[in-house]
Amino acid sequence: MKPAPLAYARATDIGHALALWREAGPDARLIAGGQSLIAGLNLRLSDVPVVIDITRIESLRGIEEAGTVLRIGALTTHDDIARSALVAQHAPAMAQAAPLIAHAAIRTRGTIGGSLAYADPAAEWPAVVLALEGTIIAASSKGERRIRAEDFFLGLFETALQPFEMIVAVEIPKAAPGERHVVKELARRSGDYAMVGLVARFAGARSRLAFFGVGDTPVLAKGAMTALGSGVEAASAALDGDLDPPDDLQASGAMKRHLAKVLLKRALAEAAG
Amino acid sequence: MNAHFSPLVDITLRVNGETVSARVEARRHLIDFLRLDLGLTGAHAGCEHGVCGACTVQVNGQIVRGCLTLAAQLDGADVWTIEGLSDSGAIRDLQEAFVARNALQCGFCTPGMLAACDDLLRHNPEPTREEIREHISGNYCRCTGYEAIVDAVSTVAEARRAAR
Repeated sequence: MKPAPLAYARATDIGHALALWREAGPDARLIAGGQSLIAGLNLRLSDVPVVIDITRIESLRGIEEAGTVLRIGALTTHDDIARSALVAQHAPAMAQAAPLIAHAAIRTRGTIGGSLAYADPAAEWPAVVLALEGTIIAASSKGERRIRAEDFFLGLFETALQPFEMIVAVEIPKAAPGERHVVKELARRSGDYAMVGLVARFAGARSRLAFFGVGDTPVLAKGAMTALGSGVEAASAALDGDLDPPDDLQASGAMKRHLAKVLLKRALAEAAG
Repeated sequence: MNAHFSPLVDITLRVNGETVSARVEARRHLIDFLRLDLGLTGAHAGCEHGVCGACTVQVNGQIVRGCLTLAAQLDGADVWTIEGLSDSGAIRDLQEAFVARNALQCGFCTPGMLAACDDLLRHNPEPTREEIREHISGNYCRCTGYEAIVDAVSTVAEARRAAR
């Protein structure tokens, strides 16, 4: 239950981190909050010869308004996001989701960049950025590129990031007037990964529903999104076509699909209330 | 592997108000650094994968999992453990309430539990019982259960409110 021997380097800026990474090779990992990585190292789930500490790169930290979007640095912690007035005002789904992530002593160190790069399909942030049409900003030796959330999550713990490419920030469009966000999840114990979760953006024709804990990636429920205008029952029924959750240790696929409908109905009721 | 990547890392940090310099293995997590290298055995190593909360300590004013924090990342940090929190008297009322309410038996979870409860009361001086339960949801107690712990925190919140 201790990490195997490994080597450490502390990066001073993004260019330095990328150079160190290339030098150390593809098995090296960037470490930020480490709330998934260190657990994995302790359990010796993977062979990591080198960790490159990016937590001293101040340009990766913080939340700022940039025109029509909020730009959130990769090192911004779940706790920072939960306490941000800018986030509460412009991205209510993020303010609602942050306190649902793990426990208080984990939210103080875990980062949004780390969570997105890890791409756990039961995690909150991937579904949030998918629902809110976020854009992931990634840096490599070739410069920066922008990846839409819909193109970012490719499979189980698999993203569009290339080798030696790192997330530097995520951009979230600011909520339009009248837009309502609702985040709901069902977990067996507070702080556990959700059996099923939903991030809903109710915004007329721009409404989006992203479910998590229901597959290899967060899932956009496109049928239900289209059916929202036809009422609660129609949207709920459409989830049969949108979601095909596999059984896991927490619940059967059928139970997850049932719970997804429960969450959608609760979210619609809350948005209407 | 060249000199950029070292299995040993030099760190200087403050622990319970005292400056400490050490050369640690890169793989050393904070809870082992505190317990094995500094002899501060108050906080406990439990599950060592972030689930049980027994290793909860304060870093830069925030609670963290000691088992999910590498000591190598803490150069310049300000760390407080149950030893320092006890000696300073900062949580004496909380500790006394735990005793009065029988909020511990074996005591294994107690240092982490106290750190979590102290954190809650600093951010939210008048928590509801539900909020207390939520905040300690990451700290497992396997003997007394949580009712007495919630009672103790409620008592302290009420007493502090009355004293203000």
